[in-house]
Amino acid sequence: MNIVVCVKQVPETAEADLKIAAGGKGIVEEGLALQINESDNYALEEALLITEEHDGDITIMTLGHESSEEVLRMSMAKGAGTAVRVADPAFDGGDAIATATALAAALKDVEYDLVLTGCMASDDGATQVGVALAELLDIPHATYVTEVEVGSGEVTVGRELEGGLIEKLTIKLPCVLGIQTGINEPRYASIMGIARASKREIELKSAGDMGLDASSVGAAGSGTVLEELTFPPVGEGADILEGTPSEASGKLADILKEKGFV
Amino acid sequence: MNEILVLAEHRGGELRDVTFEMLGKAGALAGASGGAVTALLLGAGVRDMASRLTSYADEVLVVDHGNLTDFNSAVYQPVIAEVVKSREPSLVMVGHTAFGVDLAPSLAVALGLPLASDCIDVVLDGGAVSVTRQIYGGKVDARLSFRDSATALVTVRAAAFPVEDGARSGSVTELDTPVSDEPAFRRFVQYVEAAIGDVDITKSDVIIAVGRGIKEEENLALVEELAGLLGGVVGCSRPVVDAGWLPKDRQVGSSGKTVKPKLYVAIGISGQFQHMSGMKAAETIVAINKDPKAPIFSEADYGIVGDLFKIVPALKEKIAEARA
Repeated sequence: MNIVVCVKQVPETAEADLKIAAGGKGIVEEGLALQINESDNYALEEALLITEEHDGDITIMTLGHESSEEVLRMSMAKGAGTAVRVADPAFDGGDAIATATALAAALKDVEYDLVLTGCMASDDGATQVGVALAELLDIPHATYVTEVEVGSGEVTVGRELEGGLIEKLTIKLPCVLGIQTGINEPRYASIMGIARASKREIELKSAGDMGLDASSVGAAGSGTVLEELTFPPVGEGADILEGTPSEASGKLADILKEKGFV
Repeated sequence: MNEILVLAEHRGGELRDVTFEMLGKAGALAGASGGAVTALLLGAGVRDMASRLTSYADEVLVVDHGNLTDFNSAVYQPVIAEVVKSREPSLVMVGHTAFGVDLAPSLAVALGLPLASDCIDVVLDGGAVSVTRQIYGGKVDARLSFRDSATALVTVRAAAFPVEDGARSGSVTELDTPVSDEPAFRRFVQYVEAAIGDVDITKSDVIIAVGRGIKEEENLALVEELAGLLGGVVGCSRPVVDAGWLPKDRQVGSSGKTVKPKLYVAIGISGQFQHMSGMKAAETIVAINKDPKAPIFSEADYGIVGDLFKIVPALKEKIAEARA
């Protein structure tokens, strides 16, 4: 069972105070830690678990700048055998479908039974790449996957629907699965693994290498155009209780008492 | 004329709220642009649903076929693609739901349409569509336009628009678009209901909810004590369940429980929309978070900005004092 895992490096923003960069088309990334996208990390772990049980090799693939090689190396440290970075200035500014187009081209000369991606990137939240990739490769897909059971020539998966309902379906291999967070417990890389991975080679694939016309990828190949980033309008919002932790807590305790909760 | 095509979503014989939210928005856009609202309904034995939709759309297109009983994007997508191709609407709206995200990107690729997902606003200006969607977990809004395309495809966030009373009186058109058998490469097996745990958080008047900010499993004791003081139960956002620190039945949000307690205290929860859709109906919402721009503060009644590891212990003391 050979598996390709498509991952993305994203800035850690959950607890960061973000600033919009001059020009209004991006955020200031300086000072933000870069890491593997959360659901991609679960996709990688799922690939590791599957290949541990059913043999096979893992190819880890990303479309990104040089900094994203860190994510590839960390994935190799955990057990991915081959790493590919889809790298070309022509890919810059691409929307999700343009990104899927480049990844599909990069997959053309890779042998795989299964392609795993995270179901959503925490930065752009598009939730599109895996499903678009499947359509471009003309293979079946499922996304929001929280269970994978490998059978003979097919997988049985559980998709998480609203309200915790699970939709079970069987899908023929090869296919693309968009993996949801929580499906497994991602491991940490060992120090030894990290040391070994630091010396490994990463294959680079440019648009030209893959026979892609630069106009079909990146910003030029995108059907959507980013016009402007803004901070969401602040509505009425919360009544912020000011002061030291003790003072603010005192105010909150008074409010809770007044409302009959204390 | 501009046609806005809305894909009706249903499950278990019931039209889902997002369908009416999209139709309401489509109606407003059509009113301003002189266009028409069309609902597209696929399913088996959906006559009653179709007639209900006539109050919200000028025309309800129905593909009624036994193979469309359960949602399967492999069966639905070619049918929808055929309808979109033949009608060339200026805008197609699909819910940004588990159903929509499994369908829309493949529909976009199959038809060569531009796709903007998880939109919270849609604007039609002289035929040109632009949208607003949120990035970085709801911390930043992005406005997108579409490159030249006769049709723009969008997925729309649940609860982004209100449900209005239907004031239209549309007609129903049965389409004879061919429907394939369920392909061997993707077969629906069954729906499995979420397991029921020992605590039903939807029954509690007070929920102390904890998120990513709690950092370590052993820190949960802090919120459990607070919940004990206030006679409540502990709930959580998705990352806490993903980490295996609390069971799935404690998760509040679109893929977990929808709760309406009298008091909801969100601790270390930034407030992604998936979480907020499950708790915004709470009577009183308190948020404690170190990021003053965390989206949770826009939904909360009271907020404290700061380190939860300092605030929660202080709050426990103050509550004990207030009680004394």
